[in-house]
Amino acid sequence: MPMEPIHTHISRQYNTELEEIRSRVLQMGGLVERQIDQAINALVRGDTALGETVIMDDTKVNRLEVTIDEECQHIIARRQPAASDLRLVVAVIKTITDLERIGDEAEKIARMAVSLAGEERPKNNYAEIQTLGQHVRQMVHDALDAFARLDIEAALRVAREDRKVDQKYEGVMRQMITFMMEDPRTISRVLNVIWAARALERIGDHARNICEYLIYLVKGKDVRHISLDQVEREILGGRGEQ
Amino acid sequence: MNPEVQFAVRKAVPAYNGAMSPPSKPETTSSDTSSRTASQPPIKAQAKDLNFYYGGTVQALKHINLELAEKQVTALIGPSGCGKSTFLRCFNRMHDLYPGNRYEGEILIHPDNVNILARNVDPIEVRMRISMVFQKPNPFPKSIYENVAYGLRVRDVKRRSLLDDKVEEALRSAALWDEVKDRLHDLAFNLSGGQQQRLCIARALATDPEILLFDEPTSALDPIATASIEELITELKNKLTILIVTHNMQQAARVSDYTAFMHLGELVEFGDTNTIFTNPSNKRTEDYITGRYG
Repeated sequence: MPMEPIHTHISRQYNTELEEIRSRVLQMGGLVERQIDQAINALVRGDTALGETVIMDDTKVNRLEVTIDEECQHIIARRQPAASDLRLVVAVIKTITDLERIGDEAEKIARMAVSLAGEERPKNNYAEIQTLGQHVRQMVHDALDAFARLDIEAALRVAREDRKVDQKYEGVMRQMITFMMEDPRTISRVLNVIWAARALERIGDHARNICEYLIYLVKGKDVRHISLDQVEREILGGRGEQ
Repeated sequence: MNPEVQFAVRKAVPAYNGAMSPPSKPETTSSDTSSRTASQPPIKAQAKDLNFYYGGTVQALKHINLELAEKQVTALIGPSGCGKSTFLRCFNRMHDLYPGNRYEGEILIHPDNVNILARNVDPIEVRMRISMVFQKPNPFPKSIYENVAYGLRVRDVKRRSLLDDKVEEALRSAALWDEVKDRLHDLAFNLSGGQQQRLCIARALATDPEILLFDEPTSALDPIATASIEELITELKNKLTILIVTHNMQQAARVSDYTAFMHLGELVEFGDTNTIFTNPSNKRTEDYITGRYG
């Protein structure tokens, strides 16, 4: 059955508590999205100060994770949520773990930006990282947008993007291997680019996970470790029967 | 939360603000009652198109079709007045005690396929096979021993050794034996509320019933006594089939294998308890178990 709106409980206090965790997830998501953006900018512009800001702000992401986790625990202990409310709490607990990891990946990129800031910039100014970064940042944004609107079709679209990100990542790897073979002096710098690309690819995976939790939340179906085609058949096919 | 974080965050997510309400989706009006699949346990009892009328006019149950799985716990949940106690009471023909009440349809008990609502079936026979435990402990004003032995004496069991054995067995099954074995001839009212309720369970068990009905068995008990009754229900399902009415949804979630949600005399949804409490398929079920406006 379709997901019930959160704010329709007899207990208004319960409505408030559930709204609270949901909006905090979006806050945390906004913060994490900004972290990705700033980490990439720090790398591209060689901006040490911006890199340091991202590293510092990771503690804010971590604090939010702890706060939301606590709130979820309180709801479970005091309200014994059931059905869609239970799925919301479970989805939130899982989503914030992935958001926190996205934050960690952004922090890694920022650390790289700080250590590379003093070195010579590559001719293309990390163009491959910029494209890949833009792509995964958009994925995270769209995943959170889908979460806010409980839109599973959007979630499926985002999950599909992960395949493209993986392909881009492999392209970057091939390119970097070529660079290293052509000129071994580039190896140390290229390795850093590879690490950054790897971090971005992981962010794409986390965004996909968030979409899977959203499908669980809305449809009550666990779609982890299932091919996207199958998910689509089950989810959208199921809607056709209603 | 740190106001600085809040500010930063608010700036970072303006795009979501305009889109916070969920997309409207078509309402499902299906009232299908999902039934068991082939791999599930055998059926012990079965209500078939059951209607019930109080005083001949008020229809309290409407076309109930429900199967009780053998040696499993089935919970009936629903708001007050939804008919769950009425349904439970059909199972031991309690409504026969008042004039004008009328049943339609059947309740079949397997394996012998007897319709316990048939006029030619003696309610006393039915109650020997299907025992009931009520909301408030209601021991007879007799000794602990005599309370448990009562059903057997009614059946003309006179041999002392047999009575002793049966009383001990029933008290053990009801997890009460160790607490009362040294004072079997004390008055039952001297027991605590939880003990009295377990005594009533022992009394119900003494006649070796096939089905045990519980009508809100713990609503008059404290949480500790409630936990021990719930533990007992889980133990008892090794021996018999259990149907329980409860207002406490967490209790239904804890003890039952199957859950039936009733509303306004209808069976709205019936299914595996895990599914009912995580992903019910009917909106009325969802609204009830999540505490929403019905």
